Amino acid sequence: MKVRLRIWRQAGEYDPGRLVAYEVEDASPDMSFLELLDVLNERLIAAGERPVAFDHDCREGICGMCGMMINGSAHGPRRETTTCQLYLRDLPTRRPITVEPWRAKGFPVIRDLVVDRSALDKVIQAGGYISAPTGSAPEANAVPVPKADASRAFDAAACIGCGACVAACPNGSATLFTAAKVAHLGTLPQGQPERAARAAAMVEAQDDLGFGGCTQMGECVAACPKGIGMDVIAHLNHDVLYG
Amino acid sequence: MATFTAPRLWSSTVGKKAVMAVTGVVLLLYVVAHMAANLKIFVGPESLDGYGRWLRGLGAGAFGYGGLIWIARVVLVAAVVLHMTAAVQLARRAHAARPVAYQVRPRVHGSYAARTMRWGGVLIALFVVYHVLDITTGTVNPHGVPGEDYANVVASFQRWYVVLFYLFAVVALGLHLRHGAASALRSLGSARAVQPVAVGLAVLVTAGFAVVPLSVYFGLVK
Ligand code: FES
Repeated sequence: MKVRLRIWRQAGEYDPGRLVAYEVEDASPDMSFLELLDVLNERLIAAGERPVAFDHDCREGICGMCGMMINGSAHGPRRETTTCQLYLRDLPTRRPITVEPWRAKGFPVIRDLVVDRSALDKVIQAGGYISAPTGSAPEANAVPVPKADASRAFDAAACIGCGACVAACPNGSATLFTAAKVAHLGTLPQGQPERAARAAAMVEAQDDLGFGGCTQMGECVAACPKGIGMDVIAHLNHDVLYG
Repeated sequence: MATFTAPRLWSSTVGKKAVMAVTGVVLLLYVVAHMAANLKIFVGPESLDGYGRWLRGLGAGAFGYGGLIWIARVVLVAAVVLHMTAAVQLARRAHAARPVAYQVRPRVHGSYAARTMRWGGVLIALFVVYHVLDITTGTVNPHGVPGEDYANVVASFQRWYVVLFYLFAVVALGLHLRHGAASALRSLGSARAVQPVAVGLAVLVTAGFAVVPLSVYFGLVK
């Protein structure tokens, strides 16, 4: 099948960018979206052109490296799916597919579809950790964790830090990301001593990095490939306000 | 352990939303009371006008006649100012947080109510200004006699365009409450499932307000 694409091309952070039209004649419906870009890039390289830069690593939907706006949806139209796990059969291919990088002040474009997401690392550095000396792994049942808490922490910990929530948020906010980390650590016993300080520091870091504030539009949870829910945002607000 | 002082809280986006939630609840309580009191119009002129006199006389011993009303007005205006200031600041932040717009961004997934919070809020604010000039001060009311609330209301809603504007505003208010009520609880840190409550509240308030101008216009209340 033939797939037509309009891809954002931008040589560097300070260069102007624009959408460029491409065609891939012999695409298969069972190709992943990244494989489609691979095929396109092979052609571009063979023709002596600069290939389309995009981030990826595991291609299994677990590392969080991939991510682009596909027809205006973060990671494309399929729910709870990363770009690397999106297949052409899931996409309407009768009209050209528009591909753009994540857009946010905190995510400057490095090249084409690659953005600098180190702002999320800075949010983590502000408090997304437990600063207790852990030594070697303790006996698993030494610290009892109620099943419900463990499940909630696991759900929040599913965040792979891909940045789709920021890309989808009408406010350009990283709150779903920050909240997932705060809820993950703040639900477990080991995270309790630093619970309030962590939430406060991470929200402040996020604000200082130029991300917008959460107004609970819900775009983030619709875009999240890991199905993180709005409940983590309530958790974050609780920890910031009441400690 | 309190980690945030008040100024630090106000400078944070979470703090601004908390302020919007608290002021929103204050305004919501007022709106519900106002809507319930409006329904006295169906009992008769004496019921509505008498209620107005009772309200002005409330706490007269301590604050003078109408004194308590002025206290309520100061609280409400303060709530509106804080609510709108935080909203404008968050909107400006959002604008700055995405300097380059998407070329393609079709219908977003969030609810219509969520997407119309900002402009809906502006519409409600404009309506309140008109409404105060119409019913409270009587400035733009065709009857406009202070204390004759019933007659003022009936006179105002004889005009189809006023009825239409009113209905438009209360639908905007309903949408605002539908997102706002659920959002406020989350902003204050509650993860409870509040969607059905928010929808019920929005429908109740909208219907309770809308029934008055419709009844007047169609002659059920004269
Ligand atoms: S490449 Fe690892 S999640 Fe997509």
